[in-house]
Amino acid sequence: MKKKVFALTMAAVMAAASLTGCGSKEAETQAAAQETSTAQAEGEATEAEETTEAAAEAEGGVLVMATNAEFEPWEYHDGDSIVGIDVEIAQAIADKLGMELQIEDMAFDAIIPSVVSGKADIGMAAISYDEDRAKSVSFSDNYAGSSLVLLVAEDSEIASADDLEGKLVGAQTGTTGELTATEMVGDSNVERYNSYFEAVQSLLTGKIDAIIIDGAPAKVFLSQNEGKIKQVGDALSNEEYAVVAALDNTELIEKINGAISELQESGEIDTIMNKYIPAE
Amino acid sequence: MWGNFSEQFYLNFIQDDRWKYFVNGLKVTLIITLFAVLLGVVIGLIVGVIRSTYEKTHKLKILNFLCSIYLTVIRGTPVVVQLMIIYYIIFANARNKIPIAILAFGINSGAYVAEIFRSGIMSIDQGQLEAGRSLGFNYRQTMWYIVMPQAFKNVLPALCNEFIALLKETSVSGYIALQDLTKAGDIVRSRTFSPFMPLMAVAAIYLVCVVILTQGVKILERRLRQSER
Repeated sequence: MKKKVFALTMAAVMAAASLTGCGSKEAETQAAAQETSTAQAEGEATEAEETTEAAAEAEGGVLVMATNAEFEPWEYHDGDSIVGIDVEIAQAIADKLGMELQIEDMAFDAIIPSVVSGKADIGMAAISYDEDRAKSVSFSDNYAGSSLVLLVAEDSEIASADDLEGKLVGAQTGTTGELTATEMVGDSNVERYNSYFEAVQSLLTGKIDAIIIDGAPAKVFLSQNEGKIKQVGDALSNEEYAVVAALDNTELIEKINGAISELQESGEIDTIMNKYIPAE
Repeated sequence: MWGNFSEQFYLNFIQDDRWKYFVNGLKVTLIITLFAVLLGVVIGLIVGVIRSTYEKTHKLKILNFLCSIYLTVIRGTPVVVQLMIIYYIIFANARNKIPIAILAFGINSGAYVAEIFRSGIMSIDQGQLEAGRSLGFNYRQTMWYIVMPQAFKNVLPALCNEFIALLKETSVSGYIALQDLTKAGDIVRSRTFSPFMPLMAVAAIYLVCVVILTQGVKILERRLRQSER
């Protein structure tokens, strides 16, 4: 008899356990179902956005600009948007062409391949004219200029580009700064970073001896790291920046050239430049 | 098509001796992988033995606790983040990047190897341990002469797979400005702006390396099976 009672209680306990088991599982399934429905709703929302975008394309056309937003003041992230000289000039050009500007942020060395393969219409990221680059993309007229400079640690003995021999020089992969560094100190003494801020971090901790970089972002890095790094020597070379587009897209380049010359005449480009690079 | 192909080939590999980037990159990749594997096996063996000893005998409680923290942290964060933490924070002033990369990938691989070793040790029947003990071996001797040789045989294929995975994982070395095979392709790509050739070349070189390793694993497994008859 005792055994029977025990068996019955066990059965009851097990039944209860299995029920609660089912219960929690049901709850889970419900939660999962809810999640899926929210996910679906989100999916629909993005789809809806995409349709509006598609509609915009049908009206004025979308100008997709490839850039590398780690190059203050030319282009950088500010809050959740990408701003900078190139971005504002691109916006002004897009306005002139009656198109909607869409920015794609990517690695610098991915910009030209993106333009070549048609993933982006134009590339604007403080891109200097270069013969090798001109074989792959067409360049617009120059819209701004800058120069390459040398940054070193505050206590460094390097006084000019002549002292660079045998030193480790950092730069961002694929930039004219990197190409110049390769020419000056040889391939094995160049440290190629994914972005310039990483090169500056390495300069601060003494992993590298110098950085070759565009003058305007150099100023930003100098002001961010006052007393730790300094600029030395004369400008290494003059850089002229232009918009790049696919080789066969001559129509777009002509339109952009028109817009650039209008913006230069109206002084709009100077206004944008002065806003980001205060005159000395 | 073929005219374009040879032109592209010349541009991406021959001009300015660009093939040297790939050769040097492959060298760096192989050096990092080889030494990271060795470091990973040493770390993995120690951690694996500590963890399985705890599970079998409930000794080494503190060491086991430390090991499980190590496993949680390393397996819970991406290798590229670990690599950058070691390069930019822990060895902030170090210049030599290859040892840093070896250390980062070795520590990372050690966590996975430890679990492989632990599963191998745990897979050996408890009766083997008991037999050893009843023959007069102490725990350490039983482990060394009876359990480990069998466990090692069981885990070799899994271990080799881990090495193959590690070879491919080193492709994130470019994040610390290390010119491994992937970064070599990136540099050439940034010079020639043609993505096809450099990327395909890099993929093909990795593939060849992995195929060679896989073949090696196959031969090894066949050899090990011979003793089972």
